[in-house]
This record gives sequence, C-alpha cells and structure tokens, in this order.
Amino acid sequence: MDVMRVMSVGRAWVRGEHTMDTKKGVVDGPDVAIIGGGPAGLAAAIGACNAGVDPDRVFILERGERLGGILPQCIHHGFGLHRFKEELTGPEYADRFIREVERLGVKVLLNTMVIELGADRRITAVNDSQGLISFRPRAVVLAMGCRERTRAQIRIPGTRPAGVFTAGTAQRLVNIEGYLPGRRAVIIGSGDIGLIMARRLTIEGVEVAGVFEILPYPGGLARNVVQCLEDFGIPLYLSHTVVEIHGRDRVTGVTVARVDSSGDAVPGSESHVECDTVLLSVGLIPENELSRMAGVEIDPLTGGPVVTESFETSVSGIFACGNVLHVNDLVDNVSDEGERAGRQAGLYATGTIGTTAGTPRPRPAVRPGPVPGELAAKHEAALLVARGQGGLSGSNFMRVVCTICPVGCIIEVRRAPAGEVATAPAGDGGGALEIRGNKCKRGATYAIEEFTSPKRTLTTTVRARVATCADVLVPVRTSSPIAKDLILPAARELASVEVRPPVRIGDVIVRDILGSGADVIATASLP
Amino acid sequence: MGCADIAIIGGGVVGCAIARELSRYELDVVLLEKEAEVGFGTSKANSGIVHAGFHSDRGTQEARLCVEGNKMFDALCGELAVPFRRNGSLLVTKTRSDMSELERLLSQGIHNGVPGLKILSGQQVLDLEPNLSRDIVGGLYAPTAGVVSPYELTMALAENAQANGVRVITSCEVTGMTFADGGRLKRLKTSRGDIIVRYVINAAGLFGDDIAALAGGGRPFRIIPRKGEEYILDRRVGSLVTRTIFPMPTPNSKGILVIPTADGNIMIGPTAVEVESKYDLGTTRGGFEEIFRATRDLVPSLDARDIIASFAGLRAASDRHSFIIERSPGVRGFINVCGIESPGLTASPAIARMVAGMIGEEMALKPKRSFNPERRLAPRFREMSTAERRRAIARDPAFGRVVCRCELVAEAEVVDAIRRGARTLDGVKFRTRAGMGRCQGGFCTPRVMRILARELGVSMEDLTKRGGASFLVVSKHADAGTAGIYGRDEGDECGAGMGAR
Ligand SMILES: Cc1cc2nc3c(=O)[nH]c(=O)nc-3n(C[C@H](O)[C@H](O)[C@H](O)COP(=O)(O)OP(=O)(O)OC[C@H]3O[C@@H](n4cnc5c(N)ncnc54)[C@H](O)[C@@H]3O)c2cc1C
Ligand SMILES: Cc1cc2nc3c(=O)[nH]c(=O)nc-3n(C[C@H](O)[C@H](O)[C@H](O)COP(=O)(O)OP(=O)(O)OC[C@H]3O[C@@H](n4cnc5c(N)ncnc54)[C@H](O)[C@@H]3O)c2cc1C
Ligand code: SF4
Repeated sequence: MDVMRVMSVGRAWVRGEHTMDTKKGVVDGPDVAIIGGGPAGLAAAIGACNAGVDPDRVFILERGERLGGILPQCIHHGFGLHRFKEELTGPEYADRFIREVERLGVKVLLNTMVIELGADRRITAVNDSQGLISFRPRAVVLAMGCRERTRAQIRIPGTRPAGVFTAGTAQRLVNIEGYLPGRRAVIIGSGDIGLIMARRLTIEGVEVAGVFEILPYPGGLARNVVQCLEDFGIPLYLSHTVVEIHGRDRVTGVTVARVDSSGDAVPGSESHVECDTVLLSVGLIPENELSRMAGVEIDPLTGGPVVTESFETSVSGIFACGNVLHVNDLVDNVSDEGERAGRQAGLYATGTIGTTAGTPRPRPAVRPGPVPGELAAKHEAALLVARGQGGLSGSNFMRVVCTICPVGCIIEVRRAPAGEVATAPAGDGGGALEIRGNKCKRGATYAIEEFTSPKRTLTTTVRARVATCADVLVPVRTSSPIAKDLILPAARELASVEVRPPVRIGDVIVRDILGSGADVIATASLP
Repeated sequence: MGCADIAIIGGGVVGCAIARELSRYELDVVLLEKEAEVGFGTSKANSGIVHAGFHSDRGTQEARLCVEGNKMFDALCGELAVPFRRNGSLLVTKTRSDMSELERLLSQGIHNGVPGLKILSGQQVLDLEPNLSRDIVGGLYAPTAGVVSPYELTMALAENAQANGVRVITSCEVTGMTFADGGRLKRLKTSRGDIIVRYVINAAGLFGDDIAALAGGGRPFRIIPRKGEEYILDRRVGSLVTRTIFPMPTPNSKGILVIPTADGNIMIGPTAVEVESKYDLGTTRGGFEEIFRATRDLVPSLDARDIIASFAGLRAASDRHSFIIERSPGVRGFINVCGIESPGLTASPAIARMVAGMIGEEMALKPKRSFNPERRLAPRFREMSTAERRRAIARDPAFGRVVCRCELVAEAEVVDAIRRGARTLDGVKFRTRAGMGRCQGGFCTPRVMRILARELGVSMEDLTKRGGASFLVVSKHADAGTAGIYGRDEGDECGAGMGAR
C-alpha cells in the first residue's frame, strides 16, 4: 500500500493549485474510485455518497487541471434545461456539481492521470506531487469521456499543413488558452461542436467560409443551425465534403465537392475555397484505453463497455457512465446516468449488492439518423440558412424553426391584412399576427419574438490580468437575451474588457451592455 | 557566418550520418539545413526498413552499401539510443510460378553477401505469420532485415555530431557559391549569410541536382521525385505481423508492404508515383485505394478504420537510376552524395564511412581524442518500470506530468527534446512521439505548445508546426503586435533553429 497525501477539492480547480489536506499519512485507498472528473464522474461521486459511502472514501481522479471535464471549455449556453429547467453555460452547469461534491467532502486529485487499470481493479495513477499512486478500491467508476475523431478517420487526402484542428482542440485554444486557430476557417461536419465553433469564431472575429456536411441534413440540433449559422449568415453546404486540403506550411485552401447518395464525390462538382484553417467536427469516440486494459468487454457498435442494468461492466466492481459508455448529446442525461452508476458502485462497495455482471443492459438505442420530426426541423433550419432569411423585420411573413424544445415545430408567422381576424397581438403596433404550425403556446411566444425582435444570449470570454505573462480568460454571458443585432457589437466591446481577479461566478462584469438592459456576468470563478 | 573546413549541405539521414562520421576527426565541420530542423526532408517520411540487401541488383554499389550499412545498425543504434529491431522480412507470393523468381532473389542476395536467407514453403510462412493470407504458397525469409525509427536516427546522428563539435545550422538554405581562380570553391552563400569553406558535401536530397548545378557546368544529373504514400494503423493492431511483409517486387519498386514499425504500429505502403513537383507531399484517394487493395491481399484482416495517420515522402530518384557518390567533375573540393533513394536509409552509415574515406584521400584525418559516440537523452516514461517511474518523478516532478495520453509522454521528455534541439511542434513529436498516437495531438497540442513557448521564451503565436510559415495560432487581440500567420516574412523565423551551442 502506498503512502499518499490527499488533497481536498476546495480552490483546487484553477491552474493546478491544490490545497493539501492536513491529514497526511497512510490512506488505504478509497472505497470508490472514479476515473474522470467530468459531469459523469462528478455525478457518480454524488451517487456513491448517496448510497452511504463515506465521502472521505470516494476519490475522483482527474488528469486535467480542473473539474468539469469538457464543460469548462463549453462556454456557450444550452446545458441543464432538463435537469434545472434553466439554460446554463457549461461552466455554470459544472459549478453546481463541483459545489455539491465539495460540500460532501469527496476527495479530488487533479492533474492526476490514471495510467493503468487491472482486472482486479488496481489503479495506478501519476501526478507531479505524489508521484506514482497505486491502490485497489472496492469499486471503480469509469468516466473518462471521449475523444474526437481525427482527419485520418475520415481520410481527407492532401497535404499536412498547420491549421488543421479538431473542433474541440480549437475550442480549448479559443476559450481556455486565449488564442485563435486562424483568420478564415472552413468547418468540416455539422455536428453541434462544429456549429458552436462556427459561432464562436465569428464572435471572435474569425471569418467562417462555410460548414460542409457530407449527409443531406445537418448533424447538430436545428436550434444550433439557426442560432449559430443563420444568425451570422454562415453558409451550410449539405451533401458536400472536403476532398483535399492544400498548403505547404499553413493551410491555403480546400477543394470541396458535392457527394452523391452513397457519399462519393461527384466528378466535376469540385470547387476551391480559400482558408487558413480547417476545423474537423466529425464525431467522438469513447475513450476506453483503460477499460480495455482491465479486460472490460467493449460493444463494437457503441465503442463503449457492455454494461448491466446497474451500469456494471463485464468486470465485477467496475462501472461505467457518461460519454465513455456512449456519446451523449445532452449533459443532463450524462448526470442522471452518472448518479445511478455511482450509486450502484457505492452499493457494491458497501457490500449491499453483489456483482450483476453477466446480464447485459440493452445498449442505448443507436439511432441510424434523426427521427422524422427532428429531420424536418433540421431541413427547415438548413433552408433558412440557404435563403439567408433572417430578421425580416418589415416583411409580412416569416417561417421560423421553434428552438424551445427538441420537437422543432416549423412555425409560420404572418401579419394579417387589416380587417382579418387576429390570432395574436402583434406587440409592435403593426397589425395583428397570425401564427401557424406551433404545437404549444411557448412556440407562439417564441415565433412572435423571432418575428418582431429576435433576442439571443451572448457568451464569450474576457481577459483577466494575472501575475503570469499568459492570459487567463473568464467566461461570461449576458444575464438575459439581448437584441440579435447587438451580439457582435457587444462581443467587440467585451474584447477590450479586462478584469482583475478574484472573480466569482455571477459577478457583474459590465452593467447594461450597450443599453440592452442586460448585464454581462461571469460564468466561472477565478481566485 | 565565419569559415569551416567542410560544409555539408542537407541535414537528412545521409548528411547527418556524414556529419557524425566526420565528427570523429579533428575537423571544423558545419551542417547546413534549410528546414527548421534536421530530418524534415525525406528522412522523416519513409518506411523505416533496414533492408537485408537481396533486392539490390547483383554486385552494384547500392548492394554493397546496403548490406554493409545493415550490419552497422546494431552498434550505431545502441550508441545513439535509437529504436531499432531486427524483425526479419518475408517476401511472399500466392503464385507457384513466382517460386523461380524467389530462387533468383535468393541467389542475388547470397551474391550480395546477405546472410541467413531461406526459401520457405507456404505452411512455413504461415507458421511464422498466422495472419497472412492462407493462399500464400511460399516466401523468401531474410532474418537480417530490421526496422528503425528514421526521424529519431536522423536527429540522433545530428545531436551526436553536434555534441562532438559539428555546428548544426538549421533554417539555413544554401543559395549560391563563389569560386577562386583555378576552380577551387571559396564561399557558400546562404539565407543566413556567407560562409568560407574548403570542402563541400552535397547531400541535399531532392534538391541535390540544383546544388550540383551551382558548381557550374550545367546539371550533371537530374532528380526526379517519386512519391510514396504510407498509412499508419492504431497501436492496438500492432501485432498483426511481426516481420516486414514484401510482395513480389516490380521493376522499379519493392512493392507495397506491411511494416511493423520500430515504434510498435503497423504501417502500410508505399506507393511509387513519379511527380512533377519536389513539394508534392499530398496523399491521394487513389494512393489509399491502391495500398489497401495490395496489402489486404496479403493480410486480409487489415481494417481501414484502424488508420490513425498518413503521409507521403518523395524519393530522390536520379536519372542515372543509382546512388551518385562522386567528386564533382567541375570543381575541386566538392562531393555529390545524391540520388539516394531506397535503400538510402539503410545504406546511410556505410555511405558516411565511404565519404569520410574520400575526404581522407585529400586531407589528413586526425582522430579526435574526445569523440564520444554515445548520445544521452532522458529515459522514456512509456518504457520505464514502476520502480523507475517512481524514481524519475522523485528526481524531476516533470516526469509526473503526462502531456500525451496516447503515447504516455511526460513533460520532462518534452523539455529534454527541446534541450536537444526541438524548436517546433513536429520536432517535439518526432523526438518524443507526443502527438503520434491515436488522437493525433488533439490532447497534447495545447500542452506541448505551452511548454515550447515557456522553454524557448517565445509567445504561442511564434510557434510553428515545422518552421517556415507553419504558424499554429494567431493572437486574439488586435493590439498584439505580431500577427502570427500574417505580417512576417518566412526567412526570419530561423533564429530559433540555430543549433543550440
Ligand atoms: C463541444 C461540446 C459541446 C457540447 N454542448 C452541449 C450542450 O450545449 N448541451 C448539452 O447538454 N451537452 C453538450 N455537450 C455534451 C456534454 O458536454 C457531454 O455529454 C458531457 O460532457 C460528457 O460528460 P463525461 O463526464 O462523460 O465526459 P467529459 O466531460 O469528457 O469528462 C471526462 C473527464 O475524464 C478525464 N479523464 C479521461 N481519462 C482520464 C484518465 N486516464 N485519468 C484521469 N482522468 C481522465 C478527462 O480529463 C475529463 O475531464 C457538448 C459536448 C461538447 C464536446
Ligand atoms: C516512401 C519512401 C519509403 C522509403 N523507405 C525506405 C526504407 O524502408 N528503407 C530505406 O533504407 N530507405 C527508404 N527510403 C529512402 C530513404 O528515405 C532515403 O534514401 C533517405 O531518407 C535519403 O536521405 P537524404 O539525406 O539523402 O535526403 P533528405 O532526407 O531529403 O535530406 C536532404 C536534406 O537537404 C536539405 N536541403 C535541400 N536543399 C538544401 C539547400 N539548398 N540548403 C540547405 N539544405 C538543403 C533538405 O531540406 C533535406 O532535409 C524511402 C523513401 C521514401 C520516399
Ligand atoms: S412549439 Fe412547443 S412543441 Fe413545438 S417546438 Fe416549440 S416548444 Fe416544442
């Protein structure tokens, strides 16, 4: 048994600054060890505590310098609608769980990479303060998340210049490190991450030449197609792909082509797009190196472990949840799953239940594609982008894709000619409005707002001056949606704002930005 | 830039091997490389096979240098701590009528001095390599063939040469020459200033004909680039074969191979296509399809989904179809070492010895007492035992910071690579493998960039992937003076590449 010091979670999440616990000495390993401190791991820790495990004997091992997994770099809003009935940004969503974990007193080891996992649940991890750590907990929860698919996996021919990034790596560069990947980007793949990055880059002043999607419909949510592309006039090319990357040192452009129904480039449809940056948003792969090492059975279809109803893998006492299991679109589901897996691991560790290995849980439905209603919404959203039909104030008609809920109703708004029966008050004094296609009231409200005065939440970062020479960024958002037209001017305004630490989550950074009535508030703390 | 006894133009495996060989003697040697780091030409983009030597035409210079070079690898890679494995090779066929060709290759190999060659039956081949196609009817086994990490070898040769006194100057392109009366060479013009030299060795690879032409009297030979694409598979399937698998050779190539690399991945390729441009390093869909068709024929279980990376390299084939290692007909004190196509990597140590011999005929070579053949480098975290890891972290906490998750590379190794000369993201990658794993740098790129910026004392915007204008990021702030990928001229970048002395 190794001698190890334990660090408590408090203040530990910024830039590898840990606080050492006073009770140094021999700790005979945790009862439940959780590998990965993303939303799945955080929820699993809470679940294990709820099952009766002493929080002191629940460990989260996280290789990054802070908790939250991918969330700290997902500064956009759109998290937590199901769980908290609120639209949070990634850092805000993570903060709720981090605080709970902190309150419970769960032990967190940051900058700690698990490098080995045995079938007997022996964990070997490494960090720079304790060196090599090794213990054998009663139960292990795998919560390592996933990694991005790369250029090789979709085999784009051409040269290998600088300027080709996966969307997530670019997101980290922009939102955490404080740099831009380039000046003019092409995005391959219309998954949510690609769409989010198209908007993010535009807000940062990078030109996005287009998003190219090989399928005939966009991969991401209709809502993201509307709010990330259409809002900014970024073109979306469906049934298109990049067939070659050019450039010797840095990317100089790409050749794009239309594809036929089997995904092959149509000869003669090639054209050249100039750009210095290519972002790839072509899917995620569960990260199961450790699972394989422990001999955990992997489902070739999902790429994640085969698990039972209680989230136990084929190896007794090893549980799995979150993106390591299968790729989740919604973090809310990840948290639910994490809590349940953590609870099962806790019950297993306390001896309340035995192993359940052997009776596999049906794999989460792997959808061949979007469901019909969703598809229609995506198509409509794509059409809107194609027509460039945004903010048609003054016109008498508009089709909007409702982005309030995933049903994605296609709603028509028409300004009724004088004398006809009004179905809704116009709100702008310009005559009554007729609303069609909404399945519920919220949709009508949304459509009217889109027609009369569309509003959006701005999320971006501001610089913080700290002692080190490198910039540190603080993610921010507007406290409420602001007029769509104000998004880019407000972002420009914020580019020159500098804050002085400490900053606490929720602090007002700029009051009443550009007279919009909304404040700009911090979405994460910086000590 | 002062003066030197000998200038070597080109820091590929050939130039670096020559530099290291000459560093054994009391000579003032300078190695000039136009790229940001040595090895960034063809020497980083090839199959990495240390050929046995039976492919080379009977009794040619190429055959002699290949077999001689092959024998030198154990000692050389031992001294330089470069990954090398004598894994053997199998040339296999599915066609009975090819057996006579196998016999011919066997006797050619024996004539060339290749030890241990053996013809095997189909069953014997399958006993050795069970994942090969059941249809294989026989093969030629060459136990002395091996695999080496070609970029590590090139960089190690340069590092060791440098440690023994050779000046290694990167981002330094030779652009011209001036001559004294009597045709003797006087100066080399470079992108970083003039240098007065007595002797020049042209090891400029693809550009060897351009350099040879600078000596006057036209172009004594022409280099015709021949492209080879290669595809690397995930380490998970690294044990598909243990020996390098060759098909029957064609008149101008050894065919498309299945190669277990020195680093533990399987690589398949290369193609062989003549191209117009010496910069045409693009992979193509056609190349991919050709390689997959050919290698699946030999190893049916190969799966395209396991590909994690691809690249292309250009062979510097000459219009004389052989190595050109000779004194320039026009100028005194000028040796061309050009047209070094495959098996140039294998032959490089023997070529270096031969060139040193040619120089010894013209000037007295006095052995250097202080010559140290060994290269020191930080141990690899990935290869350490648990106890070694524990000790390493206790000694240097930077061993406890893992920066590359796929290849398990510690920060201490990255720092060491920079100390040994890495100036770019690719330079770190080739020295440490950070970024070569299945996530292809998704995780480690920002981390390695931070370390590079810190150690080199430059900003992130100044860092490049591989020198020149291959900038990685631009500044967010309009007010930041330097504009990253814009507003800077290329030649300027080289300051960082100056051999650290
Ligand atoms: C760009 C992007 C945008 C998204 N947008 C939304 C959105 O708008 N709304 C929404 O609901 N969902 C969104 N999601 C989805 C949601 O973020 C994910 O489903 C969720 O983060 C998955 O949680 P996780 O804990 O399984 O994985 P992760 O968040 O990836 O966390 C895994 C953690 O494990 C750690 N780890 C891995 N291996 C080791 C090891 N060997 N040792 C120690 N630690 C290790 C990692 O460092 C990481 O911190 C988005 C995802 C991405 C990538
Ligand atoms: C696809 C492929 C597979 C191969 N497989 C094998 C194999 O398995 N086994 C084997 O033995 N061989 C193999 N080879 C051959 C082997 O790679 C070469 O023989 C070897 O790398 C040649 O080394 P070099 O030093 O001559 O050339 P290079 O590595 O190209 O070095 C020449 C250097 O000169 C520099 N230079 C050029 N012009 C100037 C200038 N004006 N000023 C300063 N510097 C200059 C260049 O930048 C370059 O770095 C393969 C080749 C290819 C393309
Ligand atoms: S109208 Fe109602 S049901 Fe339809 S998408 Fe909007 S919120 Fe959902």
